Amino acid sequence: MLLADVLYLFSNQGTAMVEVFEALQSPEIKSSICLSLLSCSLSAFLSIFVAVPIAYFLATSEFRGKHLVDAIMDIPIILPPLVIGMSLLILFQFAPFTWKWNDFFPSNSSWADRSLNAWVVYQVPAVIIAQFTVAAAFAIRTLKVSFEQLDRRPEQVAWTLGCSRYQAFKRVSLPQVQSGIIAAWTLAWARSLGEFGPILMFAGATRNKTEVLSTTVFIEMSTGNLKTAVAVSLIMILTAFTVLITARVFGNRGLPI
Amino acid sequence: MIELKKVCFKQEDFSLVDLDFEVPFGEYAIIMGKTGSGKTTLLEILCGLRFIKSGKIFLNHKDVTNLKPALRQIGYVPQDAALFPTMNIAENLGFALKLKAYSKVEIKIAIQEMAEDLSISHLLNRYPNQLSGGERQRVALGRAILSKPKLLLLDEPLSALDLETQQDLCQILKKTCMEHRLTTLHVTHNSEEAKQLGDRIYKLQDGRIHSGSSMILAS
Repeated sequence: MLLADVLYLFSNQGTAMVEVFEALQSPEIKSSICLSLLSCSLSAFLSIFVAVPIAYFLATSEFRGKHLVDAIMDIPIILPPLVIGMSLLILFQFAPFTWKWNDFFPSNSSWADRSLNAWVVYQVPAVIIAQFTVAAAFAIRTLKVSFEQLDRRPEQVAWTLGCSRYQAFKRVSLPQVQSGIIAAWTLAWARSLGEFGPILMFAGATRNKTEVLSTTVFIEMSTGNLKTAVAVSLIMILTAFTVLITARVFGNRGLPI
Repeated sequence: MIELKKVCFKQEDFSLVDLDFEVPFGEYAIIMGKTGSGKTTLLEILCGLRFIKSGKIFLNHKDVTNLKPALRQIGYVPQDAALFPTMNIAENLGFALKLKAYSKVEIKIAIQEMAEDLSISHLLNRYPNQLSGGERQRVALGRAILSKPKLLLLDEPLSALDLETQQDLCQILKKTCMEHRLTTLHVTHNSEEAKQLGDRIYKLQDGRIHSGSSMILAS
């Protein structure tokens, strides 16, 4: 499958390749690449930030309704992507997202008359939120497995040595799931890169504004620019592989062997 | 000293009933019992890792029944040593001192002294997965003692060791506990080990410490 993409680039005595490189010089594609790298990294970091405490709590706590909470965390994974985008769009039509600063603290500033909805929907933050919604679910799933496999005895011993629960978690348990965190970050990043449906619904696909690599492929295909679509696809493949390899290499560093 | 008054514990179909015993200050007490009799559970109760149904636990006449593990000043050496795998041996040993914000110099000196006492000075830069069973137990013991506990709990520390290492560690245990004047509770199912180390022996059977089962071996 990937080979077919590469072969396509070298077809017609390499002219396809030249056209592809020309296409990649366009400001639209450059902007799309920049936004993709930035939004994927941000959503992956946000996912880890949220996933670590949730995964730890789910893996180590017993409470009534745990299975229900666990299942709720999987909803973004099983829902059709377009439905996620639409749900986000609808969510932002309700308070507190529709509240304006002016409603509470009257001000003459132009920004004070805009709601959170206006700052987010069909803007760059919507791209990050759409990516985060799905990526976080995958990060939680990955990290929960890591925490479940962790021997809890060292953490308990740390409590007896004078640690609070948070200190024991931070100093003893968290370093042990370092490779799990890197795996979860990588997965979240890769999922964010491939996210399309929720972004299209929630952030739109405005050129030079909310266009990311996945929407570029869609736009280029729908306008008949197959070569550019293939080139962008290859960039996505290359980027994903680079992140994967980097994560694997750095993931094994610093761990006692 | 440690004192248990009418301590009851229940989890599903396992229970410990009316545990009533005390270990005077500085004594080395042994808890014996078959596998599954609740020896480890008893130590976890004393550490505060498990909640009891009723009763009271006193440490040096202070009620610690509802205290968090961190506030009980109890040194715990689990059966598997439970060393911190991402820290080297020096970091494991100095863990409690670092928490208590001792200076780097003080921590370094304390680690070196403890390592010499336990004959593990050559292991300080290694990681737990590079140690043998006996070495791990020594490190776990040193880590617990460096937290300056009032009570030391040992969960079958010699069970997985060969005879020679057992004898070696037995001597280290006895010497270290005497040097630091520690009240110690040592769980085992080995009667030789109990006779060799214990000032007094208690037997845990059918969820109870049976009355009259304690015996003072050394006065």
